[in-house]
Amino acid sequence: MTGALEKPKLQASGAVNPRRIREERIRRRGFAVASASTAAVVLALWILIPMAPGWSKVQASFFDWEVFAKTFPKLLSAFLVDIMIFAWSAPLIAVSGLAMALCRDVRSPALFPLKLFAIGYNDVFRGVPVMLVIYLFGFGIPGLGLPRPWNSPYIWGTLALVCTYAAYVAEIIRTGIESIHESQRSAAMSLGLTPSDIMRFVILPQAIRRVIPANMNILIALQKDVALLSVIGPVEILRQAGVEKSLAANFTPYVGASIIFLAVTIPATRYADRLIERQNRQRS
Amino acid sequence: MQTHEKLKLVGLRKSFGEHEVCRGIDLTVAEGSMVCLIGASGSGKSTLLRCINLLEPIDSGQILLDGFDIADPEIDPLPLRRRIGMVFQSYNLFPHMTAIENVMLAPRRVHRRSRAELRDEITAMFERFGLKSHIGHYPDQLSGGQQQRVAIIRALAMKPEIMLFDEVTSALDPEMVGEVLDVVRQLKSQRMTMVLATHEMSFAREAADWVCFLDKGVIAEAGPPAQIFGNPKEARTREFLSRIL
Amino acid sequence: MSLVRVIAMAASAIALSVFSASAGEVCAAKTVKDGVLTPATGDPAYFPWVADNNPSAGKGFEAAVVYEVAARIGYPHDKVEWAVATFDEGIQPGPKNFDFSVAQYSITEERKKTIDFSDSYYTAATAVLVRKPTVEAGLKPDLAALKKLQWGVAAGTTAGGILAKTVGPDKDPMMFNDTADVVQALKSGQIDATMLDLPTALYESAVEMDDGVVLGQFPTDNSEGLDQFGMVLEKGNPLVACVDKALQSMKADGTLAKIEAEWLSSATGVPVIK
Repeated sequence: MTGALEKPKLQASGAVNPRRIREERIRRRGFAVASASTAAVVLALWILIPMAPGWSKVQASFFDWEVFAKTFPKLLSAFLVDIMIFAWSAPLIAVSGLAMALCRDVRSPALFPLKLFAIGYNDVFRGVPVMLVIYLFGFGIPGLGLPRPWNSPYIWGTLALVCTYAAYVAEIIRTGIESIHESQRSAAMSLGLTPSDIMRFVILPQAIRRVIPANMNILIALQKDVALLSVIGPVEILRQAGVEKSLAANFTPYVGASIIFLAVTIPATRYADRLIERQNRQRS
Repeated sequence: MQTHEKLKLVGLRKSFGEHEVCRGIDLTVAEGSMVCLIGASGSGKSTLLRCINLLEPIDSGQILLDGFDIADPEIDPLPLRRRIGMVFQSYNLFPHMTAIENVMLAPRRVHRRSRAELRDEITAMFERFGLKSHIGHYPDQLSGGQQQRVAIIRALAMKPEIMLFDEVTSALDPEMVGEVLDVVRQLKSQRMTMVLATHEMSFAREAADWVCFLDKGVIAEAGPPAQIFGNPKEARTREFLSRIL
Repeated sequence: MSLVRVIAMAASAIALSVFSASAGEVCAAKTVKDGVLTPATGDPAYFPWVADNNPSAGKGFEAAVVYEVAARIGYPHDKVEWAVATFDEGIQPGPKNFDFSVAQYSITEERKKTIDFSDSYYTAATAVLVRKPTVEAGLKPDLAALKKLQWGVAAGTTAGGILAKTVGPDKDPMMFNDTADVVQALKSGQIDATMLDLPTALYESAVEMDDGVVLGQFPTDNSEGLDQFGMVLEKGNPLVACVDKALQSMKADGTLAKIEAEWLSSATGVPVIK
C-alpha cells in the first residue's frame, strides 16, 4: 500500500511523468473535439441558412449595410437615453429594494403592518408584468391631471421600473439575510448589540456580499427593460430603431440596436459569472 | 467561605414545541467561582446557557443576577445581556471583519467608545492571549483555536460580570484545545465568574469549583469535582462517566 | 355626324361591356386561401376607417373600399375572410397570411423596397390635434407657434417624418405605440399636440376627447403634408395588378368618391396652417 502511494510521488518530481502526459493528451483531444464540432456547426449554419428560400429577402431587410450605417449613429445617441434612465433607476432600486427587504424582516410585533405591507408589495409587483406597470403608471398617474413637469413619462416610467425591480431586489436581499446563519445573530445578540446594529453591522454586510452576483443579473435585466419605457413617450434606442425601421421598411435598425445592447450586456454577464464563480470557490 | 450569589437559577423550564429541554433547573453560582455543566449531548446544557444569556425566552422560573430577576419578560434584555458574556462552540466570529474589528464592534456601538480609545486596551488583550500578530487577520486566516481565543476576547471586551462557555473546545482539533483552556484558566485566576458546558472531563475535574451533571433536562447530581468524578452517588452519573472516561 | 355618333356609341358600348365583363371576373392571381379573399387590418381598427372594430360588416371607409375591390375582382361578400395584421406584419418581408392589408399605410419609396403597394385609395391631409385649453391660451395655427409645442406622435407612422419636415419642433417629440396612446398622453397633458391624418383627427376630437380641437390642416398643395394610403401586399404578389385595376375603375366611375363621402367627414371648416 505504502509503495503504491509513494510511486507516483517519486515520478511526479521527475521530468517525465506518464500520467501527466496522458492527461495532457486527453485534454488536447478534448480541445480538438470541441473545436471541430463547433466549426462543423458554424459551417452547417453558414451553408444551410442561405439555402433557405426566404434568405435573400431576410438578408435584404435585416442585414442591409447601407441602412445600418445610416441608422447606427442615431441609435447610439438614443441609447444615451437608456443609459440615463438606467443610471438614476439603479441606485433608487438598490435603496428601495433594501428598504423593502428590511421591512419584510422586521420581528417586532409593533411593526407588523410594515411587514404586511412589504409582503403585499412584493406579491403585487412581482406578479404584474413590468410592461403593464409601466403602462399603468405612465399613463394612469399623469392622467390624474398633474401639471408639467410632474406628468413627465421619465418620472412615472422610472417609478414603474423602480417599484417592480425593488420587489425583485428585496426578495434577493431577503434570501441573502436568511442565508446568514442564526449563530451570527446569536453571537451579536450575546454582545448586547441592538437589533438594528446587528442588522447593520453583522447581517447586512455579509448578506449583501452574498447576493451581489444575483443582483448583477438583475442589473442586466434592468438595462434591457429600460427600453420598455419607450411605450410611454421617451424616444430611446428601441423606439428610435422602430422609427427607423418603419421609415425604411427595413429591420436592420433592430439588428443595430441588438448589437448595442449586446455590447453592454455580454461583458456585464461575463463579469457576473466571474463573481459567482469566485464566490463559489470561496465558499467551498 | 463568605460568598455572594452572583447568579441563581430557580425552577427554570424551557421547551421547544412539545419537547421540554430544561425541566426545572435550580443552580447557584457564587461570585468568582467556576461551574462546569457536564452531560450527554441533548441533556440541555447549551439551552440552559442560552437561556441565561437571554437568547431564548424561558417558559417559567427565575434567573437572578445579583438577586434581580432578569428573566422578567417586562424588562429590556439588552442592558442585562451586556453584563453576561458568551462564547460559542462554533466561535461565531463575524467573517467580514478583522479580529480587532470583531472585538471593537460591541464596545463602540454599545458603550460609544472610540476606536482610538479602544485600540490600546484591546491590543493588550490580544497580547495577553498570544494573538498580537493576528490582530488584523480575518477569521478565515486564523486557526480554530485562534478564532476561539478571539471570540473570548470579543466577549471580555464588554467587561462582563459572568462568562458563559458553550462547549468552546468541541469543534477544535485536539492540539488546539489546550490553548483555549489555558485562556479559561487565566480567567479563573482573575476570579471571573464562569459557567462552562464542557466535554473536557479532566479539565472540569482539575479546574471547576462545582460540577453539575445534567440528564434529560434536570441536574441529576451536583457537587465539588472530587465528589462527582471520585464518588458519584447517582447511578446515571456513574453510567455517564464510565461511558466517557 | 350620325356615323361619328354611331361609332362613339359603339365604342362606349364596347367599353361598357369590357368594364362589366372585368367587374366580377375572378382575378387570375392566386389568393392565400383558395377561393377566398383574405384582407387584413389592425386590431383594434379605428373609426372612420373601420366601424365598431368589425370589418366584416363592411362599414367604415376602408372596410367599404375592401368589399368593393373584392367584388370587382370576383369575391362576393361571403367570400371575404378578414385576418388581423399588426403594423410590423404588414411591412416585414416574407410570405404573408393575408392577401393585402389596409390600415392607413402611407406609400413611401423606402417601404416599396420590401413590400408592394396598391394604387392609393385615399389622399389624406395632415392635421394637428390639440386640446381646448391650449387654444384658449392663445395658440394660433401658424408654424412659429407650433414649433414651441411639446409634440407626440405614433411611432411607425409617417407622422414623425412629416412633423420634422413641416414643423421642426424645438423639443424632441415623444413617441407612442399607437394613436390611442398618443391621445391618452394628449388628454393628460404630457404632450400639447399631435399630428394625424385629417379623418382620424376629426374622429378623435369628436368622439375620444372631451376637449379636442383640430387646430388646422396642412395645405394640400404641400406634398410634404400629404399622405397617400395604399394597400400592402407581399413583394411580387401578382394580385396587385387586379387590385389596381379595381381601384382605377372605382375612381373612374365615382364609387370611391361616393364611399369617401359616406364615411370621411368633410374637411370644411378646418383652417389651413400657414
